[in-house]
Amino acid sequence: MAQPSQATDGMDSVPALLQRNATRFGDKPAYREKEYGIWQCWTWAEAEKEIEALALGLINLGVNEGDFIAIIGRNRPHFYWSMVAAQSVGAIPVPLYQDAAADEMAYVMDHCGARFAIVQDQEQVDKLIEVQEGLHQLEHMIYVDPRGLRKYDHHKLHRFIDIQEQGRAAHYEWIEDLKARREKLTYDSVCVMLYTSGTTGKPKGVVLSNRNIIEASKSSSEFDKLTRDEEVLAYLPMAWVGDFIFSIGQAYWCGFCVNCPESPETMQTDLREIGPTYYFAPPRVFETQLTNVMIRMEDAGRLKKWLFDRFMAHARRVGPAILDGKPVSGMDRLKYTLGNLFIYGPLKDTLGLGRVRVGYTAGEAIGPEIFDFYRSLGINLKQLYGQTEASVFITLQPDGEVRSDTVGVPAPGVEIRISDTGEVFYRGPGTFEYYYKNDESTKKTKDSEGWVATGDAGFFEDGSGHLRIIDRAKDVGKMADGQMFAPKYVENKLKFYPNILEAVVFGHQREQCSAFINIDLTAVGNWAERNNIGYASYQELAGNPRVLDMIQSHVEEVNRSLADDPMLSHCQVHRFLVLHKELDADDGEMTRTRKVRRGVISEKFEDLLGALYDGSSEIYTTTEVTYEDGRKGAISATLQIRDAAVVPVETAKVAAE
Amino acid sequence: MNDMTPDGYTTEDGRKIGAVVMEMRNITLRFGGVVAIQDISFDIREGEIRAIIGPNGAGKSSMLNVISGFYHPQEGEVWYKGAKRPTMKPYEVAQQGIARTFQNIALFEGMTVLDNVMTGRIRQMNAGLLSQAIWKGKAEREEVENREVVEKIIDFLEIQHIRKTPVGRLPYGLKKRVELARALAAEPSILLLDEPMAGMNVEEKEDMSRFILDVNDEFGTTIALIEHDMGVVMDLSDRVVVMDYGKKIGDGSPDEVRQNQAVIDAYLGVAHD
Repeated sequence: MAQPSQATDGMDSVPALLQRNATRFGDKPAYREKEYGIWQCWTWAEAEKEIEALALGLINLGVNEGDFIAIIGRNRPHFYWSMVAAQSVGAIPVPLYQDAAADEMAYVMDHCGARFAIVQDQEQVDKLIEVQEGLHQLEHMIYVDPRGLRKYDHHKLHRFIDIQEQGRAAHYEWIEDLKARREKLTYDSVCVMLYTSGTTGKPKGVVLSNRNIIEASKSSSEFDKLTRDEEVLAYLPMAWVGDFIFSIGQAYWCGFCVNCPESPETMQTDLREIGPTYYFAPPRVFETQLTNVMIRMEDAGRLKKWLFDRFMAHARRVGPAILDGKPVSGMDRLKYTLGNLFIYGPLKDTLGLGRVRVGYTAGEAIGPEIFDFYRSLGINLKQLYGQTEASVFITLQPDGEVRSDTVGVPAPGVEIRISDTGEVFYRGPGTFEYYYKNDESTKKTKDSEGWVATGDAGFFEDGSGHLRIIDRAKDVGKMADGQMFAPKYVENKLKFYPNILEAVVFGHQREQCSAFINIDLTAVGNWAERNNIGYASYQELAGNPRVLDMIQSHVEEVNRSLADDPMLSHCQVHRFLVLHKELDADDGEMTRTRKVRRGVISEKFEDLLGALYDGSSEIYTTTEVTYEDGRKGAISATLQIRDAAVVPVETAKVAAE
Repeated sequence: MNDMTPDGYTTEDGRKIGAVVMEMRNITLRFGGVVAIQDISFDIREGEIRAIIGPNGAGKSSMLNVISGFYHPQEGEVWYKGAKRPTMKPYEVAQQGIARTFQNIALFEGMTVLDNVMTGRIRQMNAGLLSQAIWKGKAEREEVENREVVEKIIDFLEIQHIRKTPVGRLPYGLKKRVELARALAAEPSILLLDEPMAGMNVEEKEDMSRFILDVNDEFGTTIALIEHDMGVVMDLSDRVVVMDYGKKIGDGSPDEVRQNQAVIDAYLGVAHD
């Protein structure tokens, strides 16, 4: 069992990879962070020293093998070091979402029973102190940013640099222990525990072994020919499996440099300065960037706008084909080269994507228009399909076979089968070990042969062999007349309009479909400004009759496009309303990764849902909201309910009967 | 505050406050026939947050201007670090380590945030004209050193994202923060804040309060501030001077001041005979 794998050359844990990188290319940059306006850099050799000092400090503080160490902070080298230092001493790192409210944090902290927490600043320390009563296991907290913490009781509270300093001081006392603990790590030891955000119920702790992480990182790096010269920007939540794979798994396997932004607000500037060659973002980031570009183009001069429109039209026509290496006429190529010189190149540079060789989007379906926009600029944006339980990769799109409606072919080493009910199952080297302290869920998700249920319904496309995902299997329901109801499909169609941020479609066990809609404040706000519509708040803008007219036209367009689809023409949205507040993770309406929680929403807005089906034209409602600091308040509003025109689908109905 | 000694006292939250650094002795300031300040005495101790409050026209800003050397009182003395301060120009006062912000923001609108904050380092830059012009040797060295100090302040006040933005394009709340940054760049021993929260919403006030407390905590800066918002003053300050019509009507801890009848009358209003 504990034999080092041949395939990995004895590199069977992340700390072992660190040792290798520090020896083989010690003088190459491993981490960069912008601090005090300058990119500070740590080479692999320096990073190894930092991690060793911290690991020694942790042993000195009393960390035992098998302990859980919670890590709460934004992407900073210190927290990546913390994860690897924890692994080096035989402990298990548990990264948490730093924007989680105190009680959410309490559940996870209690569930994993962390004895130690390495946190960012006063905010996180305060949150943990607030819930400490219920956490009997939590013993010590280590913080990175000392600001405001000077007067706190420091018996159980330590500065990050002090722990490192103590570690250095105690070098000779503990170095042998550290080495011994590191040697003990095998391919089967636990690498990390990550909590799934959970669209239903409590978060589950997914235990991933070194095998899972290293095999997944290795095969995916080979798939995209990643080298140690890649540059990535680490800005996605550290608690999310994607960041762990990109910024630790692949970074350590390949030996490339992880760049950390100065602050969340400076991310766009930092992206430009770094110019990553390998980039990952959820669809929302691409949507926001595109919305910003379009808003700025609206304000540009007439000549510039004309040039932009003309060249973008050309790019849309030939750009993707050029990227895929398909034949394109010489004239078109020349025109594209010109466009690249004057429009596409500068635009890509502004977006910070000028050097991207491989880009991925995942997590949600991306709108075809958005996807094509980036591809037509010559950015090799691809899709992948994955989840925490698979150490990310289930399917990947190979270069040259990229489409917006499929998620690609099985990742190297991953087997996929589709069950009779249409649900997608997979197994492979990245498949998780188990859910921590939750045998029941483990059994339900992963069978004895190692097949894992994804909970998504999908099918393999004839010919190309690419997987297509239809919807979350448990979201797919039946309408009152027995026809299939696929809410996500309709919601995604709605969300492709920049003005619509979020949509929740109802229809299970009902005669007809209806929807809640969230407007996008940036896009609609800009539109309002250009059309001289005054508004004082989100709520007021969301209730504006002209905004409702606009949303109605979007809904009706979606209905028309649904009518063309024989399988889903009955899912047209008959009635809708625009919500008076944005759906938010703080209110429990969404997960931290921004997936809607249908159950919570239909319960919380029961009155609104009722009004959608009882024919009323407006409804007064009061909703509880949670502020970022955890305080509660209430907002009330009178919402208009609109009827949207639907295309009659008599034939489909007859066929169903 | 019964445990007050000449060497200082300990606040409720356990901070050690030192000896008197600045003392106003019987200050009277007149503009022609108008008496703006009448025979006021109070002291500011090392490391404390000292507030001056009062209704409109009470003479608070005049008092601050006396401290910063902008106005020269007709009577009374200003004692600073154990010595009587002669009549000084504002820049000389600044050189002694007293920095301030203004009620109506006084930044260079066309310059970036970074450049504005750099101007706060003017006292620390004394390379010659030639050196500055060719930007070699001392001038370059100074620029690097001072930029580092400024970057730490930018980091501290969390304004990294607007580092290169011209101040004119910023919203009000951020401009106030930039002004605080510039004052801090001078590494003052006393920081004077003239209505730091005026015109802010609740959230911005909370942020600003946090920054004021953190500045005091982190750099040990003595802070004297004028403020209208009573809630903010009572939460922030260690001791409060209350002024009304140019006279001092109260002085003490926030609790003492809150119970002072003269103060209650001044704020709630009583019939004047």
